[in-house]
Amino acid sequence: MTVTVQIPTALRRLTAGTARITCAATNLGELFSTLDTQFPELKPHLRDDSGEIRRFLNVYVNEEDIRFLGGNAYAFQDGDEVLLVPSIAGGAPDDGKGCHPWLRGS
Amino acid sequence: MWRYAELLPLPANYHPHLPVGFTPLVSAPQLASKIGAKRLCIKNDAVCLPTLSFKDRVVAVALATARRFGFEIVACSSTGNLANAVAAQAAREGFKAVIFIPADLEPAKILGTQVFGAKLVRIAGSYDQVNRLCSQIADERPWGFVNVNLRPYYAEGSKTVGFEIAEQLGWRLPDNVVVPMAGGSLITKIKKAFDEMIKLGLVDSRPVKFFGAQATGCSPISTAIKAGNTDIEPQKPATIARSLAIGNPADGHYAIKAISSSGGWAEDISDAEVVASIQLLASTEGIFTETAGGVTVGVARRLYQQGRIAPEETTVLCITGNGLKTTDVFAGKYAAEPAIAPRISKFDEYIETLDENPTPVEA
Repeated sequence: MTVTVQIPTALRRLTAGTARITCAATNLGELFSTLDTQFPELKPHLRDDSGEIRRFLNVYVNEEDIRFLGGNAYAFQDGDEVLLVPSIAGGAPDDGKGCHPWLRGS
Repeated sequence: MWRYAELLPLPANYHPHLPVGFTPLVSAPQLASKIGAKRLCIKNDAVCLPTLSFKDRVVAVALATARRFGFEIVACSSTGNLANAVAAQAAREGFKAVIFIPADLEPAKILGTQVFGAKLVRIAGSYDQVNRLCSQIADERPWGFVNVNLRPYYAEGSKTVGFEIAEQLGWRLPDNVVVPMAGGSLITKIKKAFDEMIKLGLVDSRPVKFFGAQATGCSPISTAIKAGNTDIEPQKPATIARSLAIGNPADGHYAIKAISSSGGWAEDISDAEVVASIQLLASTEGIFTETAGGVTVGVARRLYQQGRIAPEETTVLCITGNGLKTTDVFAGKYAAEPAIAPRISKFDEYIETLDENPTPVEA
C-alpha cells in the first residue's frame, strides 16, 4: 500500500526542500510518525506537545478534509493523495509593525 | 477610509487612487422599535465604494501592497463580494485579475466580476475547496492572492470599519457591535481597531461586547461559542447566505477568542429568517442589504429577545453588503403588479384595490 504526501512550500524549509514523499502509513497517526522520523524538524509544526494536530494545519485526502472522513480513525486506501495545507489566518502583529510609529512600542 | 492611512500597513508615500469606505453610520430608530432596541445604529457598507461591500476596504490595502511587491497578477478565492472588489480595483489599478469562486454563486456576483474584465475560474465545489485550491496555486505561481499570500495586509483593511464607527459615534466606542462571520476575520479586526484607538488616546477605554452572526446552515463559529469550545468543527455549508458560507473558517479560533473575552455571544438564524430580516431592514430604514446583512439583523433581533443586549446600550450592526447582489433569494416572493392604463380613472380604481390590501410586501 502506498500513500503520497504533499508538503507545502511553507514547510519545505523543514524537509530540506522535499515536496513529496510516499509511505505505507495506514492512518494519520502513522503518517505523522513517518514524517517525524524522516523530518525531525517538521514534527513540532504538525502536532503540539500533547500530540494533537496543530490548529492551523489542515489535512486533505484526495481533496477532502480528513475531518469529514473520520479524522484519526480514517484508514488510508492504496493510492491516497494526502495534502498538508496550513490555514491562512490572523494578520499583522498587534505591535503595529508595518504601520505608523504611533502604534509601535507602548 | 484613507484618513486612517497611518494605521494601515501601506507602502511609504502611498497615494490612494480610489475613494473607498467612510460609509454612513445611521441611527435606526424604526428598526430599533421593531426588535426591542433603543439606541441602535447601522454601519452601512452596503454603499461602500467601489463595489458595494466592505471587501473594498481590504482589497484597497492588499492592492497597494501587491504593487509594492511587484505582482502583475492579483487573485483571490471568494464567495462573491471579494471577487467584485478585486476585479474592479484591479481594473482601476492596472493589474490582471484571476478570480476563483464556487460555481453556484449568485448571478449578480458573477456578472459583477466578469464586467471588469477579470478572468473568472468557477470551481465545482464549496468555498472551502476553492480556498484550499488557491493555497496550492499560490504555492506555484507568482500571483498576489489578496486573501492568501497578501493576507496580513488585506486583513488590516478591515480595521477601518472599527475606526469609522468610533469616529462617527463622536470619538466614542459603542457598548456592542454585531458582526456577520464568514472566515471570522472582520470581527477580530474591529476589535483590533478599537484597541488601537484606545492606545492612541483617540477614544476612552470602555468594555465593548462583540457579537457574531451566522446562518444556521453554516454556523461553525456560533456552534462552537454555544458549546463553549475554543476551536471550530468544520461544516459543509447549506445556506442562502452564500457570502458567509465558509465551513472551515481560518480565523474561527480568533473570532471565538474575541467574542468570548469581550463577554459577547454568537447566534445563528434560519434562511427564512434571513429573508424576513432583509425585508425588515429595508422596510424600516430604507437599507437594502444582501443575505449577510439579513443574518446580522436577524441575529441582532434574537440577541435582544434573549436579553443578551440591553435596549438602552449603544449597539452597532455591521451591514457589509448590498441587496442588489442577492436578489435571487426573493424569487417568487413578490407578485408582479398589474400594468394599468395611463388614465386617471384606471388609477383611481387601482388605488382602491390597493387600499383593501395595504401591505403589498409579502412576509
